[in-house]
Amino acid sequence: MGYTSENLAEIAIDTPQTLAEPSVRIKNLDLNFGSVKVLQNLNLDVGKGEFLVLLGSSGCGKSTLLNCIAGLLDVSGGQIFINGKNVTWSEPSERGIGMVFQSYALYPQMTVEGNLSFGLKNARIPKEEIAKRVARAAEILQIEPLLKRKPSALSGGQRQRVAIGRALVRDVDVFLFDEPLSNLDAKLRADLRVEIKRLHNQLDNTMIYVTHDQVEAMTLADRIAIMKGGKIQQLAAPGEIYNRPVNKYVAGFIGSPSMNFLQGNIQTGDTDVFLSGDVSIPLAGYAFDGLGRSPGKAWLGIRPEHILTGAEAEAAPFNTQAVIEIVEPMGSDTLVWTQLAGERIRIRMDGQSDVREGDTITIGFHAERVSLFDEATENRI
Amino acid sequence: MAIAEIQGQSTEDVRPPVRLFRNLNAKIASIPMIMTAVFVFIGCTVWTIVHSFTKSRLLPKLDFVGLDQYERLWGTRRWLVSIENLAIYGICSLVLSLVIGFTLAALLDRKIRFENTFRTILLYPFALSFIVTGLVWQWILNPDFGIQSVVRGWGWESFTFDPLYNPDIVIFGILIAGIWQGSGFIMVVMLAGLRGIDEEIWKAARVDGIPTWKTYIFVVIPMMRPVFVTALVLITSGIVKVYDLVVAQTSGGPGIASEVPAKYVYDKMFQAQNLGQGFAASTMMLLSVVIILIPWAYLEFGGKKRG
Repeated sequence: MGYTSENLAEIAIDTPQTLAEPSVRIKNLDLNFGSVKVLQNLNLDVGKGEFLVLLGSSGCGKSTLLNCIAGLLDVSGGQIFINGKNVTWSEPSERGIGMVFQSYALYPQMTVEGNLSFGLKNARIPKEEIAKRVARAAEILQIEPLLKRKPSALSGGQRQRVAIGRALVRDVDVFLFDEPLSNLDAKLRADLRVEIKRLHNQLDNTMIYVTHDQVEAMTLADRIAIMKGGKIQQLAAPGEIYNRPVNKYVAGFIGSPSMNFLQGNIQTGDTDVFLSGDVSIPLAGYAFDGLGRSPGKAWLGIRPEHILTGAEAEAAPFNTQAVIEIVEPMGSDTLVWTQLAGERIRIRMDGQSDVREGDTITIGFHAERVSLFDEATENRI
Repeated sequence: MAIAEIQGQSTEDVRPPVRLFRNLNAKIASIPMIMTAVFVFIGCTVWTIVHSFTKSRLLPKLDFVGLDQYERLWGTRRWLVSIENLAIYGICSLVLSLVIGFTLAALLDRKIRFENTFRTILLYPFALSFIVTGLVWQWILNPDFGIQSVVRGWGWESFTFDPLYNPDIVIFGILIAGIWQGSGFIMVVMLAGLRGIDEEIWKAARVDGIPTWKTYIFVVIPMMRPVFVTALVLITSGIVKVYDLVVAQTSGGPGIASEVPAKYVYDKMFQAQNLGQGFAASTMMLLSVVIILIPWAYLEFGGKKRG
């Protein structure tokens, strides 16, 4: 079957997490900015305690969707439910959500403690209760020594912890993260990523997390929703998205370095083959079942890490000789550029391999590692 | 070594260049401004202060009389009225300009339609000179042609609104014109400050459930401190030098009810041929500015260093 954005609602219901009562349910959501349709008829269910990542390049509508869930944008149509309650037109503070922003958005003139307690004080929560919640959040996030400091005296990582703390003290079931790590440097980002994962394991809240970083998405998510042009392209567990991308966009988006694509024809018969230029790739053992139905023009995708070299390649059903054009050593891996059927492709090799530009090597791969996409619709075959 | 020689560098150890000649162009270019500052600002100020202790009349003369000019100044009713008027005008104008300017800016910042139109309308008075503003408001407040006569024309015969002809409230008539002209500019300064506030701060406050007015007071205004300082300096300098507005609206009248210090200085120096008295008055004005300025400058720039 073809996984397209049209029948995603079915897929969402198939997924086990959503069989229980969903924590956040979005029904037929539309959002227009003037005449620009940013989100169109979007459906999404997020299970209780699930970590859902909205992933996509900038302008795909992922932050817009998050802002709709938070109530910071008025929707043009459709309904939003949080914990079974229709909150489509509720104020953000009444929705039972906490939110963490990219720029931290701390109140700069208040101490950390003030930042954590300002919203609670305003909601007229008793003093002892506020103190208890602030102490708990500070303990979980290990920011106790910072409570009396102002945000300007904190590092980026500490500021983001405080921002997470501000969501934590609200004592809500749903956490929304809007690219929380994008303003941090690489090392801090990795540290805080682990921190957020630990937090999720510890609290068991529903978390919806917007990012453009696929590493964050793959490592954190229970499920990833890949968005493009205001539509969810694929909603599935990270492994599923990596192994069975529903279309060429998703296939090229996930994975770093990204997937290699060859343009050609599928020829069915006694043995199914993919023809591209003078290269013929046998498709016996292709992992998906749509082959028989759509012979014709197609894209063949193969990830750089799934292209074998040396003895392994010689044992593979498809192999050929290739001349190395460029070698990019990256320490743990070596990225090699070469040509296959007239297309420039990347191969990920062991970091210790001592290949050089101009060398001829044997490359090959198994058909079960290959993805085929219809050339016209770009959907998986 | 050959390359170094081609580039005109010596391969031997060199001494650092003379400090005085570094950035020479910039130093030469700033000479006129340095001269102006030294001779006009500092020089003339000192000269004025020195001559305020003399009995100069039509021409400056170094004929010292000690504090006589100051004793006379503080014994003059006109000066006392001027100081009182300046205090009332100053406090009201400062508070109202800030409040009105910020409120207008906050209203414009709520993503309204026709923002540019409103901004232009509100800023327009600032493009007028004080003389024009003064004359316009003199007409508007004139009992025979302005608001009072219009309201009486509607049938409310006993209506009285003649601030410029009532010595008790004449300064407020001038205040109206001053606010009308100045608050648009303060609004623009405030609007620029509001635009500098991160959108996500507003979002965070909404998620926290903070009402808009509370967000302004407890979060946004504290963040806009530098903008308020700028606005404060602009308003204060406008207050101390207020002169043309008074001349155009009332010429200090009725009687001496709307006199201000700057007008006192001008009249003594150029109308009454009493330079010594004018110098003494302007020295008092300088003194009052310094008294306000120094503690503020110390708080703002001295004390602790900001990161």
